[in-house]
Amino acid sequence: MKAVQSSCCPESAEGKSPCTCRAEGSSIPQEIRTTTSEITASNRFDHFLARWGWKREAHIVKPGLYRLGNPTPDSMVFASANYTLSFDALRSALHGTDAWILVLDTKGINVWCAAGKGTFGTDELVRMIECSNLAGIVRHRKIIVPQLGAPGISWPEVIRRSGFLVEYGPVRARDLPLYLKNHAATPEMRRVEFPLQDRLILIPIEIIAILLPMLVISILLYFISGPFSALAAVSAVLAGTVLFPALLPLIPTRDFSSKGFILGFIVAIPFAYLFSHNPDLPGWASLLAGFTPLLLMPAVTAYLALNFTGSTTYTSRTGVKKEIFRYVPVMVILAVLGVVTGILLGASRLAGVI
Amino acid sequence: MFNSYHETTLRYHPERCINCRRCIQVCPHGVFGEGSERVALLREPACMECGACALNCPVQAIDVQSGVGCAWAMISAAIRGKDMDSAECTCGGGSDSCCGGSPDETPCCTNE
Repeated sequence: MKAVQSSCCPESAEGKSPCTCRAEGSSIPQEIRTTTSEITASNRFDHFLARWGWKREAHIVKPGLYRLGNPTPDSMVFASANYTLSFDALRSALHGTDAWILVLDTKGINVWCAAGKGTFGTDELVRMIECSNLAGIVRHRKIIVPQLGAPGISWPEVIRRSGFLVEYGPVRARDLPLYLKNHAATPEMRRVEFPLQDRLILIPIEIIAILLPMLVISILLYFISGPFSALAAVSAVLAGTVLFPALLPLIPTRDFSSKGFILGFIVAIPFAYLFSHNPDLPGWASLLAGFTPLLLMPAVTAYLALNFTGSTTYTSRTGVKKEIFRYVPVMVILAVLGVVTGILLGASRLAGVI
Repeated sequence: MFNSYHETTLRYHPERCINCRRCIQVCPHGVFGEGSERVALLREPACMECGACALNCPVQAIDVQSGVGCAWAMISAAIRGKDMDSAECTCGGGSDSCCGGSPDETPCCTNE
């Protein structure tokens, strides 16, 4: 049985030995590891680094079966991903419960993303059930899978291929204690929201992703046209990466790009005022200087806002594609116009016209 | 106006539904709800096309072209001359990856 196929995940996590239990007909079960519900300071530091995108491939746990507490053959089995944030959320939520945790090899990606790719999927679940010899370890035939694993899991196929019935637990591990009282989820437990806290926690990684190009462009602008132009570039980027996630539901309109244009335009107004009130410039140049941030900054912020769709919990591919066709041309036109006015101003200054 | 999210590729064939309610369980946006004899399609525009309902429907009563609503992935695919529809979330394990995971598994991937 082949491990999960994955066209997009670099096989970066070496050392995670692929299960070989089926090779050459041997049936040696994988070792069973032991874990606890305790989140240590070192775990928290690891979570912090993960949030900042530090060495993404480093936040992994070994795939396989884990004992939490002192599970018996009748204890519940929970599936998780081998991403530390996912695994730690599950084991800490199960504090005081004796259970088995089956960690799938998702290449260090969280459950929902991995399910979208299929690495947290039917094939991998069935493979791990076989590899871990789960059927020989527990007497029942039920495995509790996080609800957000469902885009990768087909329960009819899992039961057909492994004999295990998939029970979908709540979206959030922290709802497990309540859920487990009678194995029933409230509608709230089944819903994914995107509250302020979940949006704010994404900001570090959004900034890190754009940090280098932002610094290069701001430094260039600093030397070409001064500190306020550099500040304008930084402001446009921070509007898209910090203000946008923070204010997402408050910005008018539904589309991410239109929200980004609005936010970028508002942030550009002070710069437009500043640049157009330069007493050293003739009237036509003041006008151009004032228009430049109004053209460039909304384009930058809107582009970053559009790219935030990939981080959200609710955008459909159909909708995002429509947004791309509707708004990217507008962004390009604004950006080109802005660059042209900027070049005109720069050339005029070099030529001594202004 | 300024709402690209009216339509989705979700198609529900209620005549095939056996009322097992798995779709209600797996949908993260409450698109399906309980009906009298069959599951009811309640909030179609809220569908994010994750595909969980269709994959977990034992009688193929639901079709959806599932995919990840990630502009970065689609724009990258388009720039490289590839089909936007086949673009996958490029969240990978490498240092160039873009996935912002949460303990609650909320987000998918962030732009690179």
